[in-house]
Amino acid sequence: MTTATVVDERVARTSTLTTLLKRPEIGALVAAIAIFAFFAITTDVFATPSGASTWLRGASTIGIMAVAVALLMIGGEFDLSAGAMTGFTGLVVGVLTTEYGLNIWAAIVVSLALALGVGAINGILVMKTGLPSFIVTLGTFFVLQGIDLAGTKALIGQVAIQGMSSVPYYDQAKQVFGSNLSVNGGLVYASVFWWIAVTAVATWILLRTKTGNWIFAVGGAQTAARQVGVPVFKTKVGLFMTTAGAGWLVGMLLLFTTSTVQSNTGVGQEFIYIICAVVGGCLMTGGYGSAIGAALGALIYGMVNQGIVYSGWDNNWLKAFLGVMLLGAVLLNEWVRKRAETSR
Amino acid sequence: MLRFKLVGAIVAVGALLAACSGTGSDSGTSDTAKKNYTYAVITHGAPGDAFWDRVKSGAEQAGKDYGVEVDYSSDADPAKQSQLIDGAVAKKVDGIVVSMANPDGLEASVKKAVAAGVPVITINSGVDKFKDFGAITHIGQTETIAGEAVGERLQTEGQKNVICVIQEAGNVGLEERCKAIANTFDGKVQNLQVDGTDDNAVQATITSKLQADKAIDTVVTLGGQYAIDASSAVKDSGSKAKVATFDLSEDVIKQIQAGTILFAVDQQPYVQGFLGVTGLYLKSINGNDIGGGQPVNSGPAFITKDNADAVLQFAANGTR
Repeated sequence: MTTATVVDERVARTSTLTTLLKRPEIGALVAAIAIFAFFAITTDVFATPSGASTWLRGASTIGIMAVAVALLMIGGEFDLSAGAMTGFTGLVVGVLTTEYGLNIWAAIVVSLALALGVGAINGILVMKTGLPSFIVTLGTFFVLQGIDLAGTKALIGQVAIQGMSSVPYYDQAKQVFGSNLSVNGGLVYASVFWWIAVTAVATWILLRTKTGNWIFAVGGAQTAARQVGVPVFKTKVGLFMTTAGAGWLVGMLLLFTTSTVQSNTGVGQEFIYIICAVVGGCLMTGGYGSAIGAALGALIYGMVNQGIVYSGWDNNWLKAFLGVMLLGAVLLNEWVRKRAETSR
Repeated sequence: MLRFKLVGAIVAVGALLAACSGTGSDSGTSDTAKKNYTYAVITHGAPGDAFWDRVKSGAEQAGKDYGVEVDYSSDADPAKQSQLIDGAVAKKVDGIVVSMANPDGLEASVKKAVAAGVPVITINSGVDKFKDFGAITHIGQTETIAGEAVGERLQTEGQKNVICVIQEAGNVGLEERCKAIANTFDGKVQNLQVDGTDDNAVQATITSKLQADKAIDTVVTLGGQYAIDASSAVKDSGSKAKVATFDLSEDVIKQIQAGTILFAVDQQPYVQGFLGVTGLYLKSINGNDIGGGQPVNSGPAFITKDNADAVLQFAANGTR
């Protein structure tokens, strides 16, 4: 009775609470709940259906990108071209339809193909040259930004898409990417459903499929992964194509929700995606993180962004508040994770 | 005196060059062909900004029309913009058009250009300093004139509570516009900062503000693009607020026709670019000083339901 049986710690049963605390996203979850509670208590509109619809909407497009970027970061790479990609894909559709009269669905497919092509180029360059993805995608970021500006200007003589809503079949595409649903007095935008779907699919891939294991493996220990037969090249190129594909999706969501897109769309947003992924528990070094965490990171960003407006604070301070909140979230995240790791 | 000497020196150098080419083997071209002038247009506009794109189009069209070369460049950072001016002087251009959002930052370079005998015309911003710096004239519409005109207009429309949407943090001109609106408007004016690179966020932020403060009856945006975002936000939030905006686009005009946007104030950026180059050209060929040392206004022009039809095709071309 007194002699406890010695159990190998790898197969030891752990309490549900400990298992929960070990998840990467737990810090972000706690922070999200705290931030929600804070704004719900201090402002009148934040927790109402109409209030929630605006911060969910703001979070959704950031969230889709953050989830894709998180997968890539778990795989040990960065994509700085992700922000410019959202503008690029929207501009492609806008130019092809308003200027050349191409069928809107054909334009959407062309745009997806171009995005995946850029993603593949990013991945192949990183893998073949051995250059850091930071440098390669910084290059594609500038190229895309230049094309967005010069290409659009050269083709349509403007820097923003005009007259999109009068393109044939616009309404069909808007149904898919830009519609909204009235729930209890608040509007739920299509982008929110896309966000939930992307997060669910990414989580399933990460936790339940062989590909998920490959992603963790290539990010954690690339050489070891290659030695045990993980297709490193395929996995990494696939991840870059995934972020590019997500960039396309967000580009479509922006284009069909706002009916316009301009050449500076998305520039600078790439850092927000990375921040959201990090807040959600991704390590900058790769091999660790979660899709739900990144989605929660985006939710925090969205809530803070609109919460400041609801609070009526002077929103010249917005960036400063945002920085403090994000740092706080990361620190909380770290603290919870360390506690969880020591309390085995 | 100094100026006279400089002009003398330039004339002398010019005569020397002419003499050289006259005796050289490549004779004929410089005698028969009209002198090909080169002008530099150096602004503080961000690349991709629809407003500055129209300034550039205007300047380039003037270049084409007069058969002169126009080099457009821009940098929002005054230090880099002044380097562009120095570079143009070093390249011995025949004139410089410059926008002075931050006159103090450009003072040394502009004065250097003038001292080197390069005619300078300021456009858009810098009306208070152009004379001191020795520029021929200023073409534009100060943020104050435009903002005050909007304030007056909103006052006569009977509006009470305005939010002024700033799409680019730290842009002095945008802040000045909002301040100028408050100068002539008796009601309340609050600024709202939004992220101009994310239209989705712009809409969400304006929606949030309208939900949080039901008393707001007017949204003023400072760029055509953001007026479209604002009118969607008004719809989404179920607010009754009216939208007014600075600057135009095809979509803005269509919404003015449809009545979802009240009016747009146009400072006619195309005019600023076109007239800037025109001023230099007149100086080069005829020694004219447009305005005789007084600034020339390019706007404000109000676009309302009454005149929207007439402007639509030009906006569609990207020149209004």
